[in-house]
Amino acid sequence: MPTLLIQNGRVIDPSQGIDRVSNLLIRDGKIAGYDASPNGQDRIIDAAGKIVSPGLIDMHVHLREPGREEDETIATGAAAALAGGFTSIACMPNTDPPIDSQASVEFIQHQAARADQCNVYVIACVSKNREGKELAELGQLVQAGAVGFSDDGAPVYDPELMRRAFEYAQMFDKPILNHEEVRELTRGGVMHEGLTSLILGLAGMPSAAEDVMVARDLSLSMTTGGRIHVMHISSGGSVELVRRAKARGIRVTTEICPHHFTLTDECLRSFDSNFKMSPPLRSRRDVETCIAGLVDGTIDAICTDHAPHAAEKKMRELDQAPFGIVGLETCLGLVVTKLIEPGILDWPAAIAKMTINPARILGIPKGTLALGADADVTIIDPEVRYVVDSSKFRSKSVNTPFAGWHLRGRAETVIVGGRVKYEVNEKR
Amino acid sequence: MSTATDEFSTIPATWARRHLLDVESLSAEEIKLILDTAEQFKDATDGCKHKLPVLQGKTLANLFFENSTRTRTSFSLAMRRLGGDTVDFTASSSSLSKGETFIDTAKNIEAMNVDVVCVRHSTPGTPKLLSENLDCGVINAGDGPHEHPTQGLLDMMTIRESRGHIEGLTVALVGDIAHSRTARSNIWGLQKLGAHVIVCGPATLVSPLWEQLGVEVSHNLDEILPRCDVLNLLRIQFERQTTRPFPSVREYALLYAMNRERLTRAKRDILILAPGPINRGVEVTTDVADGTHSLILNQVTNGLAVRMAVLWLVCGSNAECGMRNGE
Repeated sequence: MPTLLIQNGRVIDPSQGIDRVSNLLIRDGKIAGYDASPNGQDRIIDAAGKIVSPGLIDMHVHLREPGREEDETIATGAAAALAGGFTSIACMPNTDPPIDSQASVEFIQHQAARADQCNVYVIACVSKNREGKELAELGQLVQAGAVGFSDDGAPVYDPELMRRAFEYAQMFDKPILNHEEVRELTRGGVMHEGLTSLILGLAGMPSAAEDVMVARDLSLSMTTGGRIHVMHISSGGSVELVRRAKARGIRVTTEICPHHFTLTDECLRSFDSNFKMSPPLRSRRDVETCIAGLVDGTIDAICTDHAPHAAEKKMRELDQAPFGIVGLETCLGLVVTKLIEPGILDWPAAIAKMTINPARILGIPKGTLALGADADVTIIDPEVRYVVDSSKFRSKSVNTPFAGWHLRGRAETVIVGGRVKYEVNEKR
Repeated sequence: MSTATDEFSTIPATWARRHLLDVESLSAEEIKLILDTAEQFKDATDGCKHKLPVLQGKTLANLFFENSTRTRTSFSLAMRRLGGDTVDFTASSSSLSKGETFIDTAKNIEAMNVDVVCVRHSTPGTPKLLSENLDCGVINAGDGPHEHPTQGLLDMMTIRESRGHIEGLTVALVGDIAHSRTARSNIWGLQKLGAHVIVCGPATLVSPLWEQLGVEVSHNLDEILPRCDVLNLLRIQFERQTTRPFPSVREYALLYAMNRERLTRAKRDILILAPGPINRGVEVTTDVADGTHSLILNQVTNGLAVRMAVLWLVCGSNAECGMRNGE
């Protein structure tokens, strides 16, 4: 395996508290040293003016394979991840069939290995066939390599099942990741319930639908000692609940998507289905509370909830179009433009939420540039400005509300296991 | 010799829109222009009975993805009264049932060289979506609970015709405000023309958020009744409700139906409107619906005039309509 020297970059590794200009040596696919000199390495990458980060991790991605390959495949999703600077992603099990067996976990791993792009981790189902009735065979799923459990796309609805999942998953020290939504409150809903939905006549999804289930899960987590990870948090009320729960020592973590700290429900004024997501874009006040949660550490991770849908599906009437947008290839730019550039987060804080924090939540040996660690590295140009061109996405789907946006900051070189897997100027 | 057509050609051409998608984005001047034009059409066609062939050669496609009787008939008749042609489309017998998207369906209809489409759909925003995907004019004939601009305009025309003005009047919209496109179009339009608007109904159908649109919110019809110049009684839209917002129809009628007893406590010249179809005995009792205060059938006639006006303005601004400014 070739040796690599990344020289003169600003190395930011929150896992070690490192933020300094250094030369980073990669040998045999591992981080081999800091401050190394150019000395016969197979390749030297000049990273002057760039940020050298642990490879970014997106802990919440939908790859659609098996079952909906017209939207995305493991290969195209993993390629999109690389283009967004991610060296590791965790995919959700709401495929068809759902990822609820050892064989299906191994299928994902096999396809990911065949694609040979980024690392793909598997979040497996909490319940058999994602039906919310019986626990899936969590132990076997862990043995196959599952790093967490979720019925995402839908909440774990039955509180008794959730309680058992918390209790049982503790044997393997795995988190339960829940899509927090009380569906009786969101039935037929298309967008956040508020003044904009009232004006547009669109059925609303109140913040309370999220808050109520977050409260339930926090209570069950406290009762059982299980680990709850609140997926794609969006409501100010939920942020408050998680903040208080953390203060009380409840084992809770949470994540947020760029669209939830960037956009508000007023975007639906356009009636554009690329603004339709679940949980929905919330009010300005919710967004502000979420941003405060990012700043004070209540929100641990930034993820994309990358949800590809083929164009013909999103072209439908707003109530028939599916929820969700792609996010892998716009996430970093949105973080830089909307959080770092305005001074909301500094670089180390932002990188922590995209590297070591998700790694710790999932218990995966990633998100660090410690000596001996896998050499997953993302080199970021923090200054480059560009216009989002969805026609150049590597994802198979282009359902993004950010097309045409002017962003700053993107991944320039992405290294996975010591190999350069992506360079921004390579021919697409 | 002066003809009705010549007389009509004096209407000022201040209409610059290709579509009519909502009332929210219309200015007060645009609303007045539509109402003035509608009044002239009504006069020139002897109460909408006769033809005024100013849109000869133009074609209207009625794209109704949701059931409708009066609105579709009204648009069709309006186009024919203006000398144009109409083509009707119904979702149940269309290629939608073969999996075609509604945008593709509309594009195919447009490719048959229609000049304007009139769209009714259960989903808010679909007329806007079509306006972004078609080259021809688009008229919103009701998009879910969002807006029903021609209904709002015909309500305004009916009030103005009866009272001579709208400014200063108190108009109560009573009923299923949450699910009513008519309510939204009325709210935007009436407020722009200077009316005080009250929305009245059960708290489950009238949230306090409505106050942010500048309207008064009430849950007590009896309390507001003496102040009202106009009551617009909106239908309970059972088909749009995911949960039942009141215990029973009987209880709703008890609290909100306009009946003879309530009429005695209203202003003597109160106007009763209902966009229809009316549920007799629910929003309004038969004696009130058919009584002297009721303008329900005037609304229907005015609907024809308003739709003629809108078709003429939309087609006229979108193409070389020979009648504009006497050309």
